[in-house]
Amino acid sequence: MKRLFFALPLAVVAAIGGFLLWGLNPDRDPSVLPSVLIDEPAPAFALPAIEGVGVPGLSRNDLAGGSGPVLINVFASWCIPCRAEHGVLTDMVERDGVVLYGINYKDKPAEARAWLDELGNPYDRIGSDYDGRAGIEWGLTGVPETFVVDAGGTVRLRHVGPIVSDDQRKRVLEALEAARTVAQGAEAS
Amino acid sequence: MKSAETTSITQAILVAFAFIALMRSFIVSDFTVLNVVQNSSVLKPLIFKVAGTWGSHEGSLLLWTLILSLFGASVALFGANIPQALKARALSVQAWISVGFLSFMLFTSNPFERVFPPPLEGQDLNPLLQDVGLALHPPLLYLGYVGLSIVFSFAVAALIEGRVDPAWARWVRPWTLAAWAFLTAGIALGSWWAYYELGWGGWWFWDPVENVSFMPWLVATALLHSAIVSEKRDAFKSWTILLAILAFSLSLLGTFIVRSGLLTSVHAFAVDPERGIYILALLGITIGGSLTLYAVRAPDLKPGGLFAPLSRETGLIVNNLILSVATGTVLVGTLYPLFLEAITGDKVSIGPPFYNVTFVPLMLPLVAVMGIGPFLSWKRADLAGVLDRLKFAFIIMIIAALAVWYWDTEGPVLALIAIAFAVWLAAATINEWADRVQLFRVSLSTSWRRAKGLPRAAYGMTLAHLGIAIAIFGFVGSTAWQTEVIVSAKEGTTVTVAGFELRFDGVRAVQGPNYVSRMGEILVTRDGQPVATLRPERRAYPLASTTTTEAAIRSRPMGDLLATISEPAAENAEGTWTLRVVYQPLVGFIWLAAAAMVAGAIVSLSDRRLRVGAPRKTLPAEARPAVVPAE
Repeated sequence: MKRLFFALPLAVVAAIGGFLLWGLNPDRDPSVLPSVLIDEPAPAFALPAIEGVGVPGLSRNDLAGGSGPVLINVFASWCIPCRAEHGVLTDMVERDGVVLYGINYKDKPAEARAWLDELGNPYDRIGSDYDGRAGIEWGLTGVPETFVVDAGGTVRLRHVGPIVSDDQRKRVLEALEAARTVAQGAEAS
Repeated sequence: MKSAETTSITQAILVAFAFIALMRSFIVSDFTVLNVVQNSSVLKPLIFKVAGTWGSHEGSLLLWTLILSLFGASVALFGANIPQALKARALSVQAWISVGFLSFMLFTSNPFERVFPPPLEGQDLNPLLQDVGLALHPPLLYLGYVGLSIVFSFAVAALIEGRVDPAWARWVRPWTLAAWAFLTAGIALGSWWAYYELGWGGWWFWDPVENVSFMPWLVATALLHSAIVSEKRDAFKSWTILLAILAFSLSLLGTFIVRSGLLTSVHAFAVDPERGIYILALLGITIGGSLTLYAVRAPDLKPGGLFAPLSRETGLIVNNLILSVATGTVLVGTLYPLFLEAITGDKVSIGPPFYNVTFVPLMLPLVAVMGIGPFLSWKRADLAGVLDRLKFAFIIMIIAALAVWYWDTEGPVLALIAIAFAVWLAAATINEWADRVQLFRVSLSTSWRRAKGLPRAAYGMTLAHLGIAIAIFGFVGSTAWQTEVIVSAKEGTTVTVAGFELRFDGVRAVQGPNYVSRMGEILVTRDGQPVATLRPERRAYPLASTTTTEAAIRSRPMGDLLATISEPAAENAEGTWTLRVVYQPLVGFIWLAAAAMVAGAIVSLSDRRLRVGAPRKTLPAEARPAVVPAE
C-alpha cells in the first residue's frame, strides 16, 4: 500500500503525458476556433460597396450559386495583422486562383480606400460593414478572420487571425479544395 | 570515476565552442547560415546581433545545452568535498540529459543549417524581442531552469545509491539556491520586459509561457525549505527528493510547452509537431524514468527525526503544502484548456480571473505562516512564547490596515487584507532579526556585535522574506489603485491623471537604425512644476513588417506614469491620436522585491557553511544565535 503511494507521482505524470501526446496531433491547431456556422449556411447580410474602390458590394446572394468556393476575408485598415496577411491573400488570388471577397469591418470608406490604394486590391467584391452588423452575424471575435464558403453558400472553415505562415495558407487552400470536390461530387450524383 | 569530471569539463568546452561559433556568425552577419538569415539583419545594433544567437528555437536550444554542460562542469570543478561515487553518478545523470538535448538539436534543430545562395539581407529579429531586457531574459531564465538539472541529477544519484543524509542535503542546497536566484531574476526581467515593452501597463498575464517559468520557481522555493529540514533534522527525505525531481521536470515541461505550439501563447516559438514528439519522448524518459526510480527506491529511505505538531518542521510542512497546492493550481490552470479540449472538444482560455480566485487566496495563509515560521524552534515550539514575541508585529499590522482603510474607504477589501498581510510579514521578519541581535535589550554595541556574528544565511532569509512583503505592496498597489485615462488627443490636448497634468505636444517622425518611428511628445507637470517629458513611440520595422508600441514610462519612487500612443482611430480626423495614460502606484516595488530576493540568495550562498570546501568557522559562544537559522 505504502509503495503504491510513492508511485502516485508517476501515475499523475503519465496521465498528463497522455494529454500532452494527444495535444501534439498535427491536425490540431490551437488557433482554430470552432464556429456554429461550420457546415451551416452563411448568415444573411447585404453590404454596400466602398465608394470609389471600383468593386461591387457583397451580400448573401453573391455567395451561393457561384462556380466554386470563395474565401471571405474580414479586414480593416486599422488592423495591423491585416496588413501582414494582405500579401499572402494577394498571392493566393494570383497564384492559386482563389476567389476572394472582403468584408471591410468598422472602417471609414476614405481610410479603406487609402489602404487598398497603398497595398493593392485583391478582392473581387468588398462589402463595407461600417456599423459592424454583419460582423455580429458572422460571429467575429476579432479582425482579421477568414471563412471558406462553398458554392452552395455553406461555411466550411473559419480561421481566426492572420493567414501568414505556410501552414496556415496550406490549411485554407486544402479547405477550399475540399469544398470544391464535395460540391462537384454532389453535382455528379 | 575520475573520468566523469574530465568528460564533463570537456563537454562544456566543446559546447561553448559551438555556441561561440554561432554567435560569431550572428556578429558578422554570415547569411550562409539559415538561422542568421531568419533572425538577423545587417542594420541591427550589435547587442541584438549577439542576442539574436538565442532569439530562435535552434539558438536558444544551444544556449540551453551550453548551460546544462556548464553546470555539470562546475560541479566537477567546485564539488571537491562531494564523495567521488555520488559525484560521478550525478555527473553521469547530467550527461544523459545532455545526450538527450544534443541529439534533439542534431536530429531536429540544427542551428548551423546552411542556405545557398546566401541572401543579401536577413529577415530581422522580431522587433518585440529587440530589447535589452529581453536580450538578457532567456540566459537568466535558462540558468535557473537548467540549474535545477543539477539538483535533479543529485536526487537521481541519491536514489541510485539508496541513501539520503544531511550531507546530501547540504551539497544540494547551494545549487538549488543558485538556480532559484537565477530563476527569480529571469522571471522578474521577463515581467519587466512585458511591462515596458508591450506597453499595456501589465507585468504578469498568467500566460502559459509565464506560468511554466513560475511553476519551477514555486517548487524550487518549496525545495529550498524542505532541504533545510533534510539537512538539519534528517527528515522529509523522500519528499525533498520528489521536489528535486519535480522542479526540473516542470522546467522540462516549460521547454516542451514553449517549443511545441501545444498551447496558444504570446511568446511561443515556431510550431513544429515533430520537434514536439521528440521533446515529449525526452520528457517521458527523463521524468518517467526518475519517477519510476523514485517509486521503487523512495519507500526504502529511512524516515528521520520526530517532531511535535507545533514546531519548525510543521511550519515548513505548511509552507511546502501551500506551495505545492499553488503549483498544482497553476499547472491545472495552464493545462486545463488542453484537458477540456481532449475530453469534450470545447475550447476555453483561462485567464487572470481563475488565478485571482484560486492562487491569490492560497498566498495569504502562506504569508501569514511566513511571519511566524522563523520564530518556531525545531522539534517542539512554544506557541504562547512565539505569539508573545510577535505581538508588536500584530499591532503594526492592525494599525497599517486601519490607515489604509482610512485612506481609501471605498477600496477593494482583498487589497486591504493583502496590504495588512504584507505589513505583518515585514514587521515579523524585522522583529525576528531584532530578537536575534537582542536589539534594545542589550547595549547597541553588543547588538552590533551579535548582528555581525549572525550567519549570512540568516540575513539571506531576512532579505528574501522582506522581498516577498515588498512584492505584495507592488502587486496590490499597481492593480488595486491603478488609474487609467484614454483620450483621443490633438496637439495641445491636456489630461489629468493622479495629480499629474499632461499636455500632448504632437507627434514627429524619427528614423532609427532599423525602424522608423513616430514619436509623441507629452509634457508632464505637477502643480505647475515640470516633472518629465514622455516620448511614447509607434515603431515600424520594415524588414520584419511589424509595428511595435513603445510605452514611455516615468518611474517615480511611489509609482510609475506610463503613456502610449496609437494610430489615429478610423473615425477620427487627421492629426488625432489615441493617448493612453496610466498611473500605477508602487509598481516599481515588484522589481525591487525581486532584487531583494536575489540579493538574499547571494548573501546566503556566501555563507561559510554552504561555501563548498570552506572550513567551518566557529563563532564565539556569545555571538552564536539562540535558534538555528532557517534560511
